[in-house]
Amino acid sequence: MTKISRRGFFKLAGGATAALTQAPALVAQAAPAPTPAAHSGAALFFNPDEMRWIEAATERLIPEDDNGPGARAAGVPVYIDRQLAGAWGAGERLYRSGPWQPGDASQGYQLPFTPAELFRNALRGAREELQGRKQGAFETLPGPRQDLYLESLQNGKQDLHGVPAHVFFESLLALTIEGYFSDPVYGGNKDMASWKMIGFPGAYASFYDLVDQHGVAYTRAPISMGDNGAGVIHLHPVSTQHSGKRGA
Amino acid sequence: MATKLAEVDAVLVGVGLVGTMLGRELTRAGLKVVGLERGRPQFTVPDFQGPQMHDELRYSVRKGLMQDNTKEAVTFRNRADQVALPIRRWESFLPGTGLGGAAVHWNGQTYRFQDSDFRMRSLTTERYGARFADPGLTIQDWGVTAADMEPHYDRFEYLLGVSGLAGNIGGKKIAGGNPFEDARRRGYPTPPMKEPYGSALFRKAAAQQGYHPFPQPSSNLSQPYTNPEGMQLSTCMFCGYCERYACEHYAKSSPQTILLPVLLKDPHFTLRTQAQVLRINLSKDKRQATGVTYVDAAGREFEQPAKLVVLGSFALNNVRMLLLSGIGTPYDPRSGQGTVGRNYAYQTMSSVQVFFDEKTNINPFMRSGACGTVIADFVGDNFDHGPHKFIGGAYVGEVMTNGRPIEFHPTPPGTPSWGGKWKSAVVRHYNHTSVLNVHGSSMAHRANYLDLDPTYKDAWGLPLLRMTFDFPANDLRMSAYVTGKAVEIGRAMGARQVNGAGRKGPYTVTQYQTTHNTGGTVMGADRSTSVVNCYLQSWDVSNLFVIGASNFPQNASYNPTDTVGALAYMAAEAIVQRYLKSPGPMVQA
Ligand SMILES: Cc1cc2nc3c(=O)[nH]c(=O)nc-3n(C[C@H](O)[C@H](O)[C@H](O)COP(=O)(O)OP(=O)(O)OC[C@H]3O[C@@H](n4cnc5c(N)ncnc54)[C@H](O)[C@@H]3O)c2cc1C
Ligand code: SF4
Repeated sequence: MTKISRRGFFKLAGGATAALTQAPALVAQAAPAPTPAAHSGAALFFNPDEMRWIEAATERLIPEDDNGPGARAAGVPVYIDRQLAGAWGAGERLYRSGPWQPGDASQGYQLPFTPAELFRNALRGAREELQGRKQGAFETLPGPRQDLYLESLQNGKQDLHGVPAHVFFESLLALTIEGYFSDPVYGGNKDMASWKMIGFPGAYASFYDLVDQHGVAYTRAPISMGDNGAGVIHLHPVSTQHSGKRGA
Repeated sequence: MATKLAEVDAVLVGVGLVGTMLGRELTRAGLKVVGLERGRPQFTVPDFQGPQMHDELRYSVRKGLMQDNTKEAVTFRNRADQVALPIRRWESFLPGTGLGGAAVHWNGQTYRFQDSDFRMRSLTTERYGARFADPGLTIQDWGVTAADMEPHYDRFEYLLGVSGLAGNIGGKKIAGGNPFEDARRRGYPTPPMKEPYGSALFRKAAAQQGYHPFPQPSSNLSQPYTNPEGMQLSTCMFCGYCERYACEHYAKSSPQTILLPVLLKDPHFTLRTQAQVLRINLSKDKRQATGVTYVDAAGREFEQPAKLVVLGSFALNNVRMLLLSGIGTPYDPRSGQGTVGRNYAYQTMSSVQVFFDEKTNINPFMRSGACGTVIADFVGDNFDHGPHKFIGGAYVGEVMTNGRPIEFHPTPPGTPSWGGKWKSAVVRHYNHTSVLNVHGSSMAHRANYLDLDPTYKDAWGLPLLRMTFDFPANDLRMSAYVTGKAVEIGRAMGARQVNGAGRKGPYTVTQYQTTHNTGGTVMGADRSTSVVNCYLQSWDVSNLFVIGASNFPQNASYNPTDTVGALAYMAAEAIVQRYLKSPGPMVQA
């Protein structure tokens, strides 16, 4: 497979003509057959184009390998779709009053976009960026080319309909990691595969007897919140029988 | 128009840790007390139960138990010549809300400050000379000593049931405890927690290097305990969902487990939740508080008259409430005059990652909020600062709290931030990495302060609090030095690789450090440099008591809450035993 260095890519990215001459060779050698969407059911937020982009991108961020499933099989695109469709996507717990002004990095996120707006604008911008270069849609590029494009977002300041590319990338990566490692009830981490992969016990939470068995190999299967929908109630051994009046 | 309610003896602004404690002390003294809490009512059953409580996404990442910053945020800038912008998502610090306040979802790391913290200015001058500290630092004495505080620490720790090993009982040193602590009258109420693996490795390495490791004093209990209020606490399960979570097991000391049920049974006490206090009302001459104005969940406005007002709404909110109510003189960084908002300080944190081989199972998920082993050899003035160009210090410890993987998936430096190599590194290191904390002091500086923002407003149209803060150079030097020592200990733990560096500026609100915001309503003996006297009584309004970490003139190496609780008991004692007998200023200015 032709390897293309990062510097090479930036040269490519800089000039559409260069991209045109190089891209076909790469596609011919390394393009995987586009896989059908692995998500179950209808997307709540993404349109089909956006979903394909997200599926392809998240799979590059956390690829399938011998360690365990990639983001796609783990349901990360479903997770992101649901997050953006819900309250969090609409700006829950995001102080949203203006005036809006760019600040220093130390001042944190200052864009007027909700997460849903941010993704919608940035995805449109990213698609147009590649269209402008006549490279074909992101999801049809071979893996290494997809990585180079993701790197150009990660390190880039280009404007994706108002969203700086690196801000979009950071949000995408953060949501991908959330979806991969959060409880499966949110739609990602299918079969708790990521927890099994690293040995995290999940919602199970009682290690009093094990904590001082130093170095013990913990092999119990993880538990999801969904495995115990009825919940366990811990009743208090209530002891405050006396009234509030007590001598000081 | 506000509905005017009947006058009560005392009103509490905020029913978190301080509010609950003062509510109990004042009702016990026979006062009729109303507690106003802006957040929801919440209790161990049914609100804090598993498995729903073990949801990393909801509570750690989305900050499910924290102050709703769509309603109230804080604006921030590093320097006074910048435009402050709202902190649109909490990251660096996480103000709590709801009945019980931040003490519901704290870790429970429970330390006393030392005499050298309380008498920082005078002891620094005595030992190193008046010119030793950087000239911009506005450090000062608290007006109390460790000996004054001891009875109140003792009482608070027995309320919490703290698990620990004393190092100094009545001047007698005890092996295995903290040899640097000031004398305490008796040991901790419960023995130390079990020691996790990483902490044990730290203990050995630190001892080898000649330091004095001891178990971190913890309000996650090592065994069942009944406190003096008759409340029963249970044994901590090391559940790994502690910091940012409420405890389902009644094992973490919080208002709900140590005191609230007793207070709520008292007929003299009335709790109103979802009651957002907008301001403290004053008499015409501004010398007396007449009560407070609050808004309920449906937006209805009420005036609650009271003879006594206790402001215990968390450090940042205490400062803002005084500014919104026009109490005291706001600090002006140009002239150095004014006291409200002055001496805002924080905590100077860094960490060291210790990467082990694949045979060493650290099991980071078998942890609690406050388990672990620490050394105090570099705390405060426990070492000679003469050769160094800084004051203050840090404790170093292996005090990991969890292995929740969205936020905890350490990889060695040089690992890409995504892709196959990243994934393999996460798998390789997840269970074989330990983290050391370097928990450093924060010196007050003339350039760091709190005031009201000129632009941004809360949901009720009132100005947000504006924070102007950057790490003083002194604190960065301290952090570099102590973190270097921590790296050496990490190496001695038998690690393959150790990674860590001191805190770097500028301070950023995008990364969690601690919720140990301090100062702004500083206590002291001199009213030109303090907002409250040594009984936490407002110099300006004598029937107002302001209580919280906002009273700290600067922040010590240790976590603040033991000191907040001790101050609360100290103030309560002064109110009950002296103030109520003859209301008025307890200290003449
Ligand atoms: C994640 C986390 C971990 C922590 N870990 C530790 C630790 O390990 N060790 C340690 O020492 N400290 C720790 N702390 C700090 C500790 O929680 C605080 O020091 C302690 O809770 C302070 O008590 P307080 O009563 O001053 O404030 P709080 O307990 O926060 O109570 C203040 C209450 O006032 C209410 N309030 C505020 N404004 C208004 C208003 N306008 N009207 C009505 N009500 C209002 C709030 O809703 C809140 O309930 C931690 C904090 C956090 C967030
Ligand atoms: S770690 Fe212990 S104290 Fe903390 S929430 Fe879990 S059981 Fe409770």
